[in-house]
Parts: sequence; C-alpha cells; structure tokens
Amino acid sequence: MQRHLISAADLTRDDAIRILDTAEEMSRVADRPIKKLPTLRGRTIVNLFFEDSTRTRISFEAAEKRLSADVINFSAKGSSVSKGESLKDTAQTLEAMGVDAVVIRHGASGAPYRLANSGWIDAAVVNAGDGTHQHPTQALLDAFTMRRRLVGRDAGLGQDLDGRRITIVGDILHSRVARSNVDLLHTLGAEVTLVAPPTLLPVGIESWPCEISYDLDATLPKSDAVMMLRVQRERMNAAFFPTEREYSRRYGLDGERMARMPEHSIVMHPGPMVRGMEITAEVADSDRCTAIEQVANGVSIRMAVLYLLLGGAVFETKNVPDTLQTRTEEK
Amino acid sequence: MSKTLIRGAKVLGGEPQDVLIDGRTIVEVGSGLSAEGAEVVEADGKVLLPGLVDLHTHLREPGREDSETVLTGTRAAASGGYTAVFAMANTFPVADTAGVVEQVYRLGQQHGYCDVQPIGAVTVGLEGRKLAELGAMHESAAGVTVFSDDGKCVDDAVIMRRALEYVKAFGGVVAQHAQEPRLTEGAQMNEGVVSAELGLGGWPAVAEESIIARDVLLAEHVGSRVHICHLSTAGSVEIVRWAKSRGIDVTAEVTPHHLLLTDELVRTYNPVYKVNPPLRTERDVYALREALADGTIDIVATDHAPHPHEDKDCEWAAAAMGMVGLETALSVVQETMVDTGLLDWAGVADRMSFKPAVIGRAAGHGRPVSAGEPANLTLVDTAYRGSVDPAGFASRSRNTPYEGRELPGRVTHTWLRGKATLVDGKLT
Repeated sequence: MQRHLISAADLTRDDAIRILDTAEEMSRVADRPIKKLPTLRGRTIVNLFFEDSTRTRISFEAAEKRLSADVINFSAKGSSVSKGESLKDTAQTLEAMGVDAVVIRHGASGAPYRLANSGWIDAAVVNAGDGTHQHPTQALLDAFTMRRRLVGRDAGLGQDLDGRRITIVGDILHSRVARSNVDLLHTLGAEVTLVAPPTLLPVGIESWPCEISYDLDATLPKSDAVMMLRVQRERMNAAFFPTEREYSRRYGLDGERMARMPEHSIVMHPGPMVRGMEITAEVADSDRCTAIEQVANGVSIRMAVLYLLLGGAVFETKNVPDTLQTRTEEK
Repeated sequence: MSKTLIRGAKVLGGEPQDVLIDGRTIVEVGSGLSAEGAEVVEADGKVLLPGLVDLHTHLREPGREDSETVLTGTRAAASGGYTAVFAMANTFPVADTAGVVEQVYRLGQQHGYCDVQPIGAVTVGLEGRKLAELGAMHESAAGVTVFSDDGKCVDDAVIMRRALEYVKAFGGVVAQHAQEPRLTEGAQMNEGVVSAELGLGGWPAVAEESIIARDVLLAEHVGSRVHICHLSTAGSVEIVRWAKSRGIDVTAEVTPHHLLLTDELVRTYNPVYKVNPPLRTERDVYALREALADGTIDIVATDHAPHPHEDKDCEWAAAAMGMVGLETALSVVQETMVDTGLLDWAGVADRMSFKPAVIGRAAGHGRPVSAGEPANLTLVDTAYRGSVDPAGFASRSRNTPYEGRELPGRVTHTWLRGKATLVDGKLT
C-alpha cells in the first residue's frame, strides 16, 4: 500500500488484512459511549465529491469525525467547478488551504489516479469511487463483512477469505464495486463468480481473476455470499436487457432463489437497492441480508484506511508495516 | 537564385552521391560534382529523401489559433522534413466552402515553410447530412482534391455513396474517418482487456472495420476510389488486403503512433495517450507494420493534432483526443520500420512522399531525386539517437506521447523548391 488508496488492485494480501484488522479495532469505538478517537486531531481532510453520493460521503465524514480530523465537505454543485474550474485548480486551491488528505468521488474513471500521480498536489488521495473503475473502500468493507460473517469476528483476525465462494450478480459492466471486489477478493484467496446477462459484462473480462456465468440458479447453491448489484432501470433503454420484469425473472434474487443458497450463506448489497428489480423486499429485509451491516462496517473501514494513510499513533509502530508509514516520503 | 551542393548524401539510402540544386530545381545528381558558385552542405553519409508529404494534418487555423496556426504548423512540418501537408477541414469555421480553403491555402503560400493543400469537408459543417460544395472547392485557388469529414465519420451510407460518385468528375478522393458512431458512443479507449479493467468506455475495433468494409464495397459498386484515414486494427488490414485483391481502388494510411504505441499506456490515465482512433493492442501494432511493409497500407500520415496544455492536463474523460506528430513522424517510422528491417529508406520515401503525393495529387511533390525535378528534399541524420524534448518543438502545442522517449533519426535540412526551410536542425 502506498500513500494513496486508488485501487483495490494495489493492495497486497498483508495490506488488506492489516486494514481489516485495524477496522475491527475501530469498530469497538462505535460501541463506546463517546465514539471518538483523538488520532487525527489537527489534520484536515477534504471530501471532494464531484458526483452525488449521500451514503459514501456521510460514511467518510463519520469516519473522519470519529478520528477527530477537521472535515471540509466540497461538492461540485454550486461550486467553482460548475463555473468551469478544472480538477487540477480545484485540488490545488484546496491544498493551499492546508489539506492533509483528499477523499475524492468523481464521475471520470481515473480522476483519483490523476490527482495522485500528476504532481498537482502532495496530499494523500483516497478514492471514494471513480466512474466505472474502482471503489476500494467499498470492496474493503464488503470483505470485512464477509470475514465477520463467514469466518468470525475474533476468529477472523489476521485471516483472509481463502476458499470462500463469492457470487456477484448484476450490472458488472458499469460497476466499480464489482471491479474492486474482484481484485480484493482474489487477493484474499476467495473464489469469485460473476453472474450477469452477457450484455452487462465488459469485453475483455476474460483476463479477470474470476469465473463468469450467465446462470444464477446454477451458481447459488455453490455460494457462501451472494452480492446483488444495483441495476439502473435506464439501462434497458440502451438495450442491455429487454424489460425490468425479464431482468428480475432471470437475475433478481427472491425468496425462492434465496432458499437454494446454503444455510450459512449471506446476501449482500452495496446500496442503494432497487427493490423489485435485482432484489425483492423479502430478501432485502431478511436476516441473511447484510446491507445495513455493510453501512456500519463502512465507517470502521474508512476509519482504518484514513488512520493508516495518515499515520496515526494509536497502534504500536512495529505492528504497522513500513509501507503504510510512508506519507512523508515522496514516491 | 543560388546554387546548393549537397555533398555525399545517401540518396534514398543508396551509395553516397552529390546533388546539385540550382534555383528551384535539382540540376544534377552524381559523384564529384563541382561546388563552384554553390553553397555546400556536407551530408556526410546522411540519407537524402524527397520532401515528405503528410496527407493528414490539423493546422487548427482558422478558429483554434491557441493550439496551432498555419505558420506554427508549417514550421513544425519543415522541422519534421515535410514539404507539403494536407490540412484537415475540421476548423472553425469548417473548411466547407471555397472561401475557407482559399484562406488556408494562401496562408501556407505566404509563410513559405511548407505547401499547404487544404482538404475540403465532405458535408456542410461536418454534419453528415448535406454535401458541401465539393466542386467549388476543387475549382478554387486551393484546387482541393481530397475531401474528408475527419474527426467525424461520413456514416450515412447514401451520403457516402454520393460523395464517392460526385468527386469522380474531377479526380477527387474521399478520405474516410472510419468510426461507426453508435458503436462508439462514450468511447474513451480501445475496447478490450485494458478498458475492462480501467472502466473506460470502449471503442471496439469492429466500429472501424464495419465502416471500412462498407466503404470499399461502395467504392467498388460506384467505381470510385476511396482513402481510409488512420487505419488502426489488424481486422482493418485484412479488409483492405481483401479489397485490393479484388481490384477495388482503395488506399489507406497509418499514423506513426499506431505503429509504436499500445493501449497498455492508458493505464497511466495520462491523456497524452488519448487519441482517436485509440491506441490498440500489440497484435494490431505488428499487423499494421507488416501491412505498411507489404503495401496493403499505402502511406504513413501523421494525424498531427495539436491541443493546448489545459486540454490534456486533466482527467482522461475531459481531455481532448489527439497527438502532435509532424516533428517525430520520421523518427518513429525509422524506429518501427527501418531499424526493424521491415522497410528500407527507398520504402520510406515511397510511403511518406511518393504515394501520399499521388493519392492527394500534390503536383511537384513526391518526385524522384533526379535532375529536372523540383528541389523538395529532406536530409536525415539516421545515426542520431536522442530523447524527445517537446520544449524544442516548433509546433505551438506540446501534446506528444514521446516526451523523454529515445528515438532514432533527426532531420537536419529541408528544402522547399530549392529554398532551405531547415538548416542544421534550425528553421530559417
């Protein structure tokens, strides 16, 4: 792990486990009466959101505040960006105000990478979702949720997801969540199967470290976790599938299908859910669905990422690999 | 006018010879020529080529003088060894009337660095709906023979058919930017393994190949000639090869960057690699080199596309498509075709001067280096190797994908009708 978090593919197995274990520590803060650590006191983090996103921004904001960082929220709407300011100028303007880290959500794939690697700014960059590319903290919180549920909260510490069978269903083509999850889950030793109609799988997917299937029913009995992705209704206007009903029938998860999953397996969803499309209310509201848990875990994961990137001092130094401490060094 | 003696030049890469220029014309080629009354240029084993001809240049004037002008673009051309460039029609206003093409043509003449032959738009405003006044542009002082909506594809089959037919009346040719628009909506890079990973909208090879297939069949049907701009895929090569074997009158160009670079570079998200058509795969690169060597692809054309810094210093999706190329084209061709043994210097002269002049009907250009011919010449130090420094470019723009890359070859002299436009690597 470098001083930025841009892609789940950049994480080694050890980096990822370090983040998951740190997140377990962070989650204990949420159980305290005063949900706050002094770790990032005096550090300034800007949430730079060029795309509408309520849940991710709030999750980062909660994580930052629990670490006592000073938080600046910047959304592109109504700002200088809407008057034509470039990403570079916006970022440099914010950095001039003394920002230590930039959490960026951007509609253009690669925008966080550019921000981190173009010499525009020195601050640490955390990708909070870029176009159809990556959403690494989502993948981390998903892995965290899987490890807790499938391995155990305490038993999971220091462990990866070796041999767990994870199925991801839906609009893979347009999904940064799917890309991030495939990368991270592969690193953690899980076996990933992507299920979608062929129109919603990208050309070139054959190089991904996962299996591909068009048949949800055949995959369900072999799944320890089934992650349903949101499918936007507008996609059918571009002929990705004929109708909403046909999509639900072939690729939606309902109670009947859920019953074919192994007893222990869980249903996941990164939200926002489109009930009646990819998931029925019966499944969404069942005990097996971890959607709400994922939201809670998201705060812990983001605390862990920011803590490790900004080099806090709560944990003993020797427990933190050198690679996580390099924020003062230039690459 | 004065005399110039180029002494000891390997003409088209052959044995060293002397070349004597008197006024605008080559008067003698041989050994031990008298230097009396002539300025002597010691070629010292450098390679002498006919002045290069670029069938595909964007000079940006009128309209985008912040990225290039006819003056800066022709100075860049002279630096790169070119004596004639064909200026694409996608200016503001579009070169779709006799007035605009004459303006561009006259600016080229006035500056005197390189002949500028304007290309006329096929359709009004490049909108693909209504034919521009092709005849009027041909009859203008600019004498337009090449027509293209480059930047956009003439995707309507009927409009393309009519254009192919119509220009036959005056020996014109339509140069097609082959890109099926529906298949490339939101396209950001080559569609394949890398685009799947990077989450960038894919530009599939089939969007180019399907248009080329259609257009060679249309050209056959109406008995016209058609030229394919910046062919970029292995599949396109196969279609053109098939069309030529059938006797269809098709010619094709490849850009230097498609001979060297692949879509792996897009992993940097650096928009300096963003170009249309996009960088393809290694397999395509090798197929293009082979096709240029065997003549399936007729010529190299730069698609020199200057853009101001701010249009590249941004996120990938927001960046403009295109690369400058005039000042690095010959070096890239040496690297990919000559130093690999695929083409000799006579072959380079053929692909970068003779053939483009024939396709574009550029009178006085692409002629043999022999007595009685116009003295359009370029002298190349092929032993040179050095890294590309955009700060030294004559072009107004710096959007080169080769910054810092070591490339062979350096143009030291260029003569346009006997007048030196470049001496010892410096513009006159």
